[in-house]
This record gives sequence, structure tokens and C-alpha cells, in this order.
Amino acid sequence: MALKSVRNLIIAGGLATASLTGVAIAAGGDGPAHGYEMVQPKWNWSGLTGTYDQEAMQRGFNVYANVCRACHNLDQLAFRHLGDKGGPFYDERYPNPNDNPLVKNIAAQYEVVDIDPEDGSEITRPAVPADYFPPIYSNDVEARSVNNGALPPDLSLMVKARTDGANYVYNLLLAYSHPQPDYVELSPGQYYNPVMSGYKIAMAPQLQPQAGLFEYQSDTEGQKPPEATVEQMAADLTEFLAWSADPKLAERKSAGLMSMTYLVLLGILLWLSYKRIWRRLKKSEA
Amino acid sequence: MSGHSNYEPKGAVARWMDSRLPIVRMGADFMAMPTPRNLNYWWTFGGILTLCLMIQIVTGVILGMHYVAHVDEAFDSVQRIRRDVPYGWLMQSTHAVGASMFFLAVYIHMFRALYYGSYKAPREVLWIIGCLIYLVMMATAFLGYTLPWGQMSFWGATVITGFFGAVPVVGESLQQWLLGGYAVDNATLNRFYSLHYLLPFIIAALVGLHIWALHVTGSNNPIGVSDKVKTDTLPFHPYFTVKDMFAIVVFLTIFGFFLFYLPDALGHADNYIPADPLLTPAHIVPEWYFLPFYAILRAVPDKLAGILLMIGAIGVLFVLPWLDTSRVRSMRFRPVARWFFFIFIFMCFILGWCGAETPDDPVKIMGVDTGLSFYRLSQISTLYYFAYFIIILPILGLIEDPVERPASITQSILDSSNKPASGEVMAPAE
Repeated sequence: MALKSVRNLIIAGGLATASLTGVAIAAGGDGPAHGYEMVQPKWNWSGLTGTYDQEAMQRGFNVYANVCRACHNLDQLAFRHLGDKGGPFYDERYPNPNDNPLVKNIAAQYEVVDIDPEDGSEITRPAVPADYFPPIYSNDVEARSVNNGALPPDLSLMVKARTDGANYVYNLLLAYSHPQPDYVELSPGQYYNPVMSGYKIAMAPQLQPQAGLFEYQSDTEGQKPPEATVEQMAADLTEFLAWSADPKLAERKSAGLMSMTYLVLLGILLWLSYKRIWRRLKKSEA
Repeated sequence: MSGHSNYEPKGAVARWMDSRLPIVRMGADFMAMPTPRNLNYWWTFGGILTLCLMIQIVTGVILGMHYVAHVDEAFDSVQRIRRDVPYGWLMQSTHAVGASMFFLAVYIHMFRALYYGSYKAPREVLWIIGCLIYLVMMATAFLGYTLPWGQMSFWGATVITGFFGAVPVVGESLQQWLLGGYAVDNATLNRFYSLHYLLPFIIAALVGLHIWALHVTGSNNPIGVSDKVKTDTLPFHPYFTVKDMFAIVVFLTIFGFFLFYLPDALGHADNYIPADPLLTPAHIVPEWYFLPFYAILRAVPDKLAGILLMIGAIGVLFVLPWLDTSRVRSMRFRPVARWFFFIFIFMCFILGWCGAETPDDPVKIMGVDTGLSFYRLSQISTLYYFAYFIIILPILGLIEDPVERPASITQSILDSSNKPASGEVMAPAE
């Protein structure tokens, strides 16, 4: 009886997990085309305990600020978020990210629109950590008109807004060099990219080795930052964008470890209580 | 409540209260409810579902303190909750994953009732209230999915409310009345939020009736033979409270695994893109728990017929107690019907698969083309879904030869513990 119940329970649990996992896998979208093989790096934050690498996020933010920022905003991010616990510029000396000098410096490089406190006229001023990343275009119409009709999407949620988002972002940046099939016809201002849905993208390849965009610098003395290859930049940017889409990942996983441990222990205790209470019954019957 | 009350108020205050509002008596009787001693783990989902409802209400009320129901702010306000509200990420994820877990549990609960014949006399009203709860749950989940105002929220709402436009004559006005305009917009979002907040409390009230009805008829059990002698049952507390609690913790472990390690696995990436009325997503797909019904909806070319089929798929559950003609409750003793039941479950999964795919795509199993489109497959499985209720169960009940059942619950336990059958006389049909 008891064994059978356990068996049923295991079947139920297994079925539940299997069907939900099946659902999760079935929800995956269409893959890339034309023989392009998705590169799937082992990300730092994958697995049950993995979290983001802070230096990689910092380098990734550099890539964003120097390259992507030309067209793409981070709608959901304030500068202070960069200094939050688990964020790229978190410093334990500054639990309040608004005090973090690195965050202050970054914010000060951006201009935000404000109102003059004296006469109420519109002014621009350097941003403070509490400000959100200011939009690049005043509206979507302007964004389209300067980008050949295409709207550069927000990047702050990009890794969550695509199926298998981290690999998507990483591969999208690297897939431009894949040979273009003859039947894909491009309009002026379009580029071939097998990872993009429809295989056409309005964004020119941004990360190119010959461009010599910039070199990574390290704040830590004596440590040599990795060379800013295309792959390295794409990986670092992906790490930064993964954080910006899911900034509470570290908190979530550590809460998960504690909760799961607690539940398993509680489960064992309840199982023993259950056995003990039901044993009473057999004794009285015997 | 079934049977007489064994509660005896102790002390003057308890007696005073008991003669005015016997609420303590109610609680005591509730805990002492005679419960069939042979219930298996499939019977723990009632308790699990009560917990699911409580989790959804508590997290939902907290989310409601921070959420902004306005087309310009709804999407961003959910992100504010996830990023800036202390433990907001946990509340929002619990609520979203919790909806999936709620449906997972309710489907197991319903399949259990179908297998063990828990809908049969005298539990028809209990079953019908359960169907009502499921119906209101579906409405609540649909309304709630609109609130984050992502692409799937918007387009899902557009598709579903579009069904009402297919109603003859009044369809268009009905649709506009529901939406508060010509299209899904701010008025729609506001009323959906209002209703999403209201319906869970209606569910809670229905759950009260469901449990009341359960306490009148008592629980069914795996052999489907009503309890007859005192040794057939045990008091609900402590025997089933401790068993339910153990099952709840196992369930919460699965819940926690998704919540903490795969929070987005059951959702759709498109819903992290803000709603854009001018940009239709490539595939508009409902949440997984609606996929079988979505497949039924698309199984016929005519829109109205599809809607009627979908409504019928749920409506048929309400009359099931009168469709199943067999007097044997548990499928354990129905050698033919149980196989039709297993095929029925299989077909429900197939329907779910069809709902997730594009109808015109070919069905491929392990990369091999079966020459069947998902459209055809959904037609076949829809046919089986209805045939199971309307043809198979009514006819089987008349022609099937059930296996002999144990005389009582106690007898069945004795039989299984001393394997050589004790040669007892089997019970006549109830």
C-alpha cells in the first residue's frame, strides 16, 4: 500500500515535471536557417548556481556604451541599477548605488531633459544615478526616419524577449559572415543574418575586428583584460544584457537554494510524521 | 455535514458561543470528517489547489499595490515591480508560475475525478461546482495574462475577444461592449484588471460550496465502493492532514524548481516585448493550459463552429454525470473503459501539441514526416475527445462487463494484504 502510494507519487511528480518541461521545450521558436549552427557558449550564469561575472558585465557595458548606444536604449534601466547588488558596478562600500562614484561618473556622461527650476523652461543637464537612461530618439517616427525605416528595439529586456535570448543575441552579432543564399534578396539598407527572423536585418554588422573600436581597460592593476575580439565583445555584451534583463538572478538562485533545501527537509519530516501517525492504526488493529 | 456532530463544547464560554454561532463546532466537525482510509495521492490535489488559490490571491493583492492598469504604464510597472519593489521579482514570478501550477494541479484533480468516477451519484453537484470553478479559473487566467501588456497579452486578448464577434446578429455590438471600444485598448485593460481582481473571490466562494458539497457526500475513493462500516473511514485529522501536508510540500518543491530556476520556461518570450497594436507576432499562442482548447477551436474551418466546439468541450463536462451510464465508479473495475480513458488522456496531450503548432505544418515524429498536418491531427483528437463523452462512455456503461469489486474498503485492504483471496462474497452492484 505504502509502496504503491510512493510509486504513484513519483509517477505524478515525474509526469508533472516531464509535461511542463515538454511544454517549455515545445515553446521554443524557430531556429536559425541556411545551415547556420548556433554557437552555444557555456555562460557564467547558467546552471543551478551560476551568476554573472562582474568584470565581463563591465566590459559588456563598455561595448553597449561605445557601440550599441548609438541607436539602442535601455528603457528599463536607471543608472543606479548599474550599482545595485549583483550589478556590473556594484561596490560593497556603497550599498546605496546613488553614492557609487563609478555610477555617478557614468551617469554624468549622459544628458537628460529637465525643467529649469527658476523659469520652467526646458533644459538639459548631466544625468544623476537616479535618472533612467535617456531615450536616444524623441519618438519612434524620428527613430525610423534616421534608421532607414527600422526601429532599433530596446535592449534592456532583449535577452528575455527572444527565445533562448542569450544565445540569440550572441549569435546574431556573429552570424553576419555566414554565406548568403542566392534566393534571399535584400533591399538597400538591409543585411543578411541567418539568426534574425526573416533573415534580413536593418542593423549593419557592428562588431568588426578591423574597425579597432576600442581596447578593454582594466581597473584592477596588474590584470590584463582580454583582447577585444569580436567574439569576446559579443560574449561580454551578452553577459551585460543578460543581467539587464534579469538583474535579480543571483538573488533568485540563492533564495532557491535555501527554499529547496528547506522544502526537502520539511518533506522528509512530514513523511516521517505521516508514517508514524499511520503506524498507530496498524498497531490498534493487530 | 455528513453524520451527526461529535463536538462537545468544553466550558461556559464555548457553550455560550456554540448556542449562538457554532463556528467552533463547524471546524471540529470539519477536522473529524470520516474519510475513506484507502485514498491515494491523487486525492491530495484538493488541498494543493486550496493552497494554490491562496498563493494567487496573496501575491495578486500585493502585486495590485504596485501595478498600474494603463496602456502606457502597465508594461513598465511590471518591470518596476521586478526591479525595484523589495522581493517584487519573487511576488511577480510566484504569481505567474503559480498560475501554471494551479492549472497543472486542477488538471490532475479533474483527471482523477474522471478515472475514479467521482462525478457519479451522489456527487453530481460537487462535480458541477468543480466545473464552474474551472470555468471561472480559465476566465481569470485569461484576464490576468492581459495585464502585463506585452505582445502576447495584447494579441491574445484581441484573438479571444474576437470570438465574440462571431456570434450571429449581436456579435459586433457584444464585442464592442466587452472591449469598451472598437479594439483592445485602455478601456479593455482597465475592466480586465477590475474583473481579474474580482473573479478569484468568486472562485473562493465556489470553493466553499465545493467543500460543503464534499462534506455532505463524503469523499469518493479509489475502489469507488461507498464506505459502509466504521473501519472504512478515518478521521480527516490527523490522518489526512499529515498526508496532504506531505503532498503539498512535494508539490511546492516542483513549484519552487520552476519558480527559482526556470521562471520563464512556461511563458512566452514575446510577452517581454511591450504591446504594439501595429505589429502582429508571427505566432499567437495561448498559455500552455489553454492549448488543447485552442486546438479544438482551430479544428474546423468555420469560426463560429470552432467557438461552439470549444464551448462544447467544457460544456460536455457539466452533463457528464448523466452521460456515463456505468454504475461502477472506479475504472479499476472497468477493464475496457480504463483503456479508453488512457487514450483520452493521451489525446488531450495531442490536442495540446496541436495547439502549440501551426495547423498547416506537417506532423513530424522524431524527424519523420507522418504525412499528416496538425490540422488533421487536431480534427482526429477533437473527434475522440467528444466521442469519449458522447459515445464511448454512454455505450460502454451498458455493454461492459465490470470486474468484481471488493465488498467494502476494509475488505479491499484485507484482500491486498493477504494476497491469497479470502473467498469473500463480492458485493452486488451499488
